[in-house]
Amino acid sequence: MDKSITLPPNEIFRNLENAKRFAIDIGGSLTKLAYYSTVQHKVAKVRSFDHTAKDDPLYEISMQEEILARLHFIKFENAYIETCLDFIKDHLVNTDTKVIKATGGGAHKFKDLIEKKLKLRVDKEDEMTCLIKGCNFVLRNIPHEAFVYVKHADSEFRFQNTHPDIFPYLLINIGSGVSIIKVESEDTFERVGGSSIGGGTFWGLGALLTKTKRFDELLQLASKGQHTSVDMLVKDIYGGSYVSLGLTGDLIASSFGKSATADKEFSKEDMAKSLLHMISNDIGQLACLYARLHNLTRVYFGGFFIRGHPVTMHTITYSINFFTKGEVQALFLRHEGYLGTIGAFLKGAEEDNPNQYSWGENYAGSSGLMSTSPDLNPMQRARSGTFDMLEMDRLERQLVNLPLLQDPSSYIPDTVDLSEDALAREYWLYCFEEALDGVVKRAVASQPDLPEAAERAEKFRHKYLHKLQTLRHQPFAYGSLTVRSLLDTREHCLNEFNFPDPYSKIKQRENDMALKYFQKAVKSLEELSWEQRQFALVRGLLAGNVFDWGAKAVSDVLESDPEFGFEQAKRQLEGMKALGPPHKCALFFVDNSGIDIILGVFPFVRELLCRGTEVVLASNSSPALNDVTNNELQILTERIAAMDPVIQSAVKEDRLTLVQSGSSSPCLDLSRLDKVLAGVVRERHTDLVIIEGMGRAIHTNYYALLSCESLKMAVIKNSWLADRLGGKLFSVVFKYEVKDVKTG
Amino acid sequence: LEIRFPWKLELSFPWFGMDIGGTLVKLVYFEPKDITAEEEQEEVENLKSIRRYLTSNTAYGKTGVRDVHLELKNLTMCGRTGNLHFIRFPTQAMHRFIQMGSDKNFSSLHTTLCATGGGAYKFENDFRTMADLELLKLDELDCLIHGLLYVDSVSFNGHPQCYYLENPSDTQNSVKTPCSLADPFPMLLVNIGSGVSILAVYSKDDYKRVTGTSLGGGTFLGLCCLLTGCETFEEALDMASRGDSSNVDKLVKDIYGGDYERFSLQGSAVASSFGHMMSKEKRDSISKEDLARAMLVTITNNIGSIARMCAVNEKIERVVFVGNFLRINTVSTKLLAYAMDFWSKGQLKALFLEHEGYFGAVGALLELLKSSEEP
Repeated sequence: MDKSITLPPNEIFRNLENAKRFAIDIGGSLTKLAYYSTVQHKVAKVRSFDHTAKDDPLYEISMQEEILARLHFIKFENAYIETCLDFIKDHLVNTDTKVIKATGGGAHKFKDLIEKKLKLRVDKEDEMTCLIKGCNFVLRNIPHEAFVYVKHADSEFRFQNTHPDIFPYLLINIGSGVSIIKVESEDTFERVGGSSIGGGTFWGLGALLTKTKRFDELLQLASKGQHTSVDMLVKDIYGGSYVSLGLTGDLIASSFGKSATADKEFSKEDMAKSLLHMISNDIGQLACLYARLHNLTRVYFGGFFIRGHPVTMHTITYSINFFTKGEVQALFLRHEGYLGTIGAFLKGAEEDNPNQYSWGENYAGSSGLMSTSPDLNPMQRARSGTFDMLEMDRLERQLVNLPLLQDPSSYIPDTVDLSEDALAREYWLYCFEEALDGVVKRAVASQPDLPEAAERAEKFRHKYLHKLQTLRHQPFAYGSLTVRSLLDTREHCLNEFNFPDPYSKIKQRENDMALKYFQKAVKSLEELSWEQRQFALVRGLLAGNVFDWGAKAVSDVLESDPEFGFEQAKRQLEGMKALGPPHKCALFFVDNSGIDIILGVFPFVRELLCRGTEVVLASNSSPALNDVTNNELQILTERIAAMDPVIQSAVKEDRLTLVQSGSSSPCLDLSRLDKVLAGVVRERHTDLVIIEGMGRAIHTNYYALLSCESLKMAVIKNSWLADRLGGKLFSVVFKYEVKDVKTG
Repeated sequence: LEIRFPWKLELSFPWFGMDIGGTLVKLVYFEPKDITAEEEQEEVENLKSIRRYLTSNTAYGKTGVRDVHLELKNLTMCGRTGNLHFIRFPTQAMHRFIQMGSDKNFSSLHTTLCATGGGAYKFENDFRTMADLELLKLDELDCLIHGLLYVDSVSFNGHPQCYYLENPSDTQNSVKTPCSLADPFPMLLVNIGSGVSILAVYSKDDYKRVTGTSLGGGTFLGLCCLLTGCETFEEALDMASRGDSSNVDKLVKDIYGGDYERFSLQGSAVASSFGHMMSKEKRDSISKEDLARAMLVTITNNIGSIARMCAVNEKIERVVFVGNFLRINTVSTKLLAYAMDFWSKGQLKALFLEHEGYFGAVGALLELLKSSEEP
C-alpha cells in the first residue's frame, strides 16, 4: 500500500491550526482521529441606527468574525497513520495540548509512534466506556442517526426518528468477539453478556477455509455464494418443511452439515456464505435472548463486522427478524465507526462540558454514509476517498422538543422522504442544481466590496454541486434526503465559504420598503367590518407570503384567480373563531422578511393582540435565504412599535415576545428548537401554534400533530409540488387543526 | 390358562423404533427372550433371521454399529420380557437399509414400522416404493420426551440413567456422579444432533420448543472435516482430545494482557473463537488437533450460552443435555457442566443421560406398543 501519500490537507485535516484536545481510536484496520478546533467564521450582523434621516436605510449590515466551535472526526486506514501524524505535527501551530486520549485495540501498538511524532502523552481510555459515550452523543445530537436496513427496498436505509429519551437500549458490538451492553443512562451501563463467535471467527475461520486473507474479500466471496450447498437445511432432513413446528424447508438445520458427509469440494464462495449466515444468525439469536431477558426493544449493532457492510447488515437484520418474529428491529448507526473516538474525545473534554451543548452535523464538512464504500462509490476509491470525515458544530443554543408536540417520538418533520421516492428525488435534485447559478450570483452580489468573492462563490458552487451528485448516488448519505436537508446543506456550504447571508441587502431593502406601507395597511384594515377584516387579514398574510424572493410577479395571479382558495381559508378562520374564547397565547413561526412579515404577519398579530391573545414570534437564529432573522425582527418590531400604539403597548407589557427558534434553516424541525423558546411556550400556556410558509408548513410539519390548535398556511410556489398535493400553482394551503381530530 | 381379550391383540414381532436424523439413523430393537417353544415353531424364517442377524453382530455393513454397552436387559415391555438393543448407522446408508428390508422381505411380517425424525418424512416414499413398507410417522419431539422419560424410568440395568458432574468448575477433576431424575419437571431439554433443539418441558405432554440453533454436531463435524481432512466423528473427537484451542482462539488476556476488570472477564475466557486465525503466521503454525479442539470448544460453549439464556428466560434451573453429539464426548460434557455452573453462579445444573441420542427411537417404539393397547 502506498504509505507516502500526499494528502489534500485542507480537505481532510481541516482547521488544524487551532486544534486542541486530540483523541484517537485505533482499531484492527481503521484509525479514527478526533480533535476540537475553533473556526473563524463570518457572520452578518444587523445593527439599528440611533436615529434615522429620511433616506437612510432601516439598519446597518456588517460582516463580523465569529468563533465557532467545531468537532472534527477523521477515519482512515491504519496504513496512513504515520503520514497523518507527520502532517498533524507539521500543521499543529500554537496548541497547549499535552495529552491525546486513546482507545481501541491498536492504541497500545501505536503508542510510542504517537508520542514520538506528536509529543503528546497517550492517555488510554476504556474501550467500552468510550463506545457508549460516543453512542449516546450521536443518538442525542444527530437526527436520523439510526436506521434499519432493508436489502431489497427502493431505499435500503430507513432512518429512524430519534426518540426524545434515548435510554434504555442494548448495544451489540461485534468486533473480533461480541459484547452485549445494556445502557440505562449517560453513565450507567453494563456488559450483560457476550459471545466469542464474532467478526474474528468469521475472519479466522474464513481465512482457513478459503485461503482468503482480507476481511473485505471474505465478505465479497460470501455475497456471491450459495449456502445451501454447504448447510443442511430442514428440507434436507425432512424432504420439506417441519410443518408442526412451523419450520420452513429452507431453514438451516445444521450449519456446514453437508460438509461432513458429502464427498465433494465446496466453493470458497459457498463456504464463506455459509459461515456468514452461521455467525450472523448466532449473534442475532443471542441478541434476541438478551433483549428479551432485559425487556428491551431498541437494539443497536456496531463493530467492524457491521461497519458499512450491506452484507452483514442484511444477515443480522434477517436473523433478528427471524428470532423475534419482527418484534425487535436491528438498528444500525450512521456514525458507528466513530463512536470510540467520539467517546474518547468526550472523556478528554469533560471540563468543557460538551454534553451541555447541542451539536449539529455539518453537511458541508462531513462525507456522509458509505463515502468510502467501494461497492457504492467506485469513483471515490482514489486516495482521498479512503478518508471519511464527520464534522459537528457546537450550536449557540441548546435545542429541545417543542413541548406542544402531540407525540415527540413519532414526530417526523419532513413531509416527503426523497430517499424513498425516486421521482421526487430526481425532481428536487434537478431543481437545486438549476437554482445554483442564481445562488452563486446572489452570493457574489452580497459582497460587492470583496473582490475574491467571485472565486469563493465558485468554490461554493463546486462543493454544493458535488454534494448534489453524491446525494444522487447515495440519497442516504446524511439520513433521509429531504427538501430541508438539501436546503440546509446549501446553507452549510455557503457558510463554509463565508457567505453567511447572501440576502442581507435584499432583505434590508424590502423591509425598508414594506415599513413605509405599514400604517396605511393598518388603517385600511381598521376601516373594514370585523368579518371583512378577518378575510383581508388572511388574504394579506397569504399574499404576503407569496412575496417570497423569486416569486414576485405572482400578485396578479393572486388577485385574479377565483380558485385561489381564499374563500375556504376564510371559512376555516371563521370556524376557528366560532370555537370559543380567544386563545391565551399564540406561537407564530414566521417566514420571510419584507412584505411577508411587515404587511402580512404584523397586522394579523395585531388582531390577535387586540383579541386578548398573547403572541410569541419565533424567528430564525441565523440567516437562511430571505427569512427574517431574530436580530432583524427585533429592529423591525421596534420600528413598528414606534408607529403603532397597539404593538408598542404589547411589547411593553410583554404580551408580544420575540424569541429565536434556534434554527438557521428555511424549514422547521419542531424537535430541535431553542430551549428558551420551549420555556416561554410552557410559561405562557400557549394554545395556538401558527406556522407560515412553504418551508415550515409544507416541506416540513404538514403532517405534524400538535397537542393544541394549530394553523398551517402557505402558498404553493412550486408547480411540481402543487401537482403532487393535488392543487394548482399558487394554491393556498390553509390547514386549521384542533388537538383531537375527531372532536374537531 | 391365559385369557386373551379380543381387543388386546397380540402385537406381532419384530418390534422396532426408528429415528431418522440428519446425520444418523437410530434404531432400537426389542429382542424377546421369553419366546415359547410353540412360538418359536410358528415364527417365520425371515423374522428369525432378522433377530439372529441383529443380536449376533455388533457391526452391520461398513457403518452400522450396535452400542452393546447401552443394551437394556430383562426389560418388560407390553407383557413381554427381553433385551432392548441400540443400533445406529449414517443416514447416508438409508437406501441400503431400505434395500435390505426389501431383500429380507420385511413387508411380509405385517409389522408397523414406527419412525420419527425428519427422515420419516423424507424417506417415506422410498420405503413404500423400494420395500413395500408403510411407515407410521411420529413427531420427533413427542418421541424424544416420551422415550427419555421411559428410559429414565426403567433404569440402566439397575443403575441410574442420569448423571451430573460433581465439581464442574474444575474441568480437570470433575467427577461423573449418578443421580435421579425422579421429579423431572420443569426441565430445559437440549437435544444436540446435527442441529440443536431446545425444549421447555413442563410435563409428559406439555412442552414447547423454545428455540434452536444450526450450530450443532453437524457443524462441528462438517467444519472439522473441511479444516483437518478427518472423516468421522470419532476421528474428529480423538484429534480434539489432543489439541489446544488457545493456539487458535483469541483469549481475553491476548487482548487485555490479563483480566478485563471493568467487566470482570477472566483473562482465560475466549474473546474471539478462531480469532488468532486472522493472522497468517498463526495460521501457518497451527496443528489439526488444535483446530479440532477449538471447533469443539466453540460449538459447545455456544450451545451452553444459548441454553443458559433460555433457562434464565424460561425460569428453569435444570438443563438436560441429550443427543449424539455428546457420545464419547467428555470434553463437551465437562464444558457444558462448567458453563452452566459458572455463568449462573451455581444456579443452573447440567444433567446428562447415558443413552444420549436414542430417546427418539425409543419413543417411536413406545408408540408402536401403545397402538396395540388401544381398542
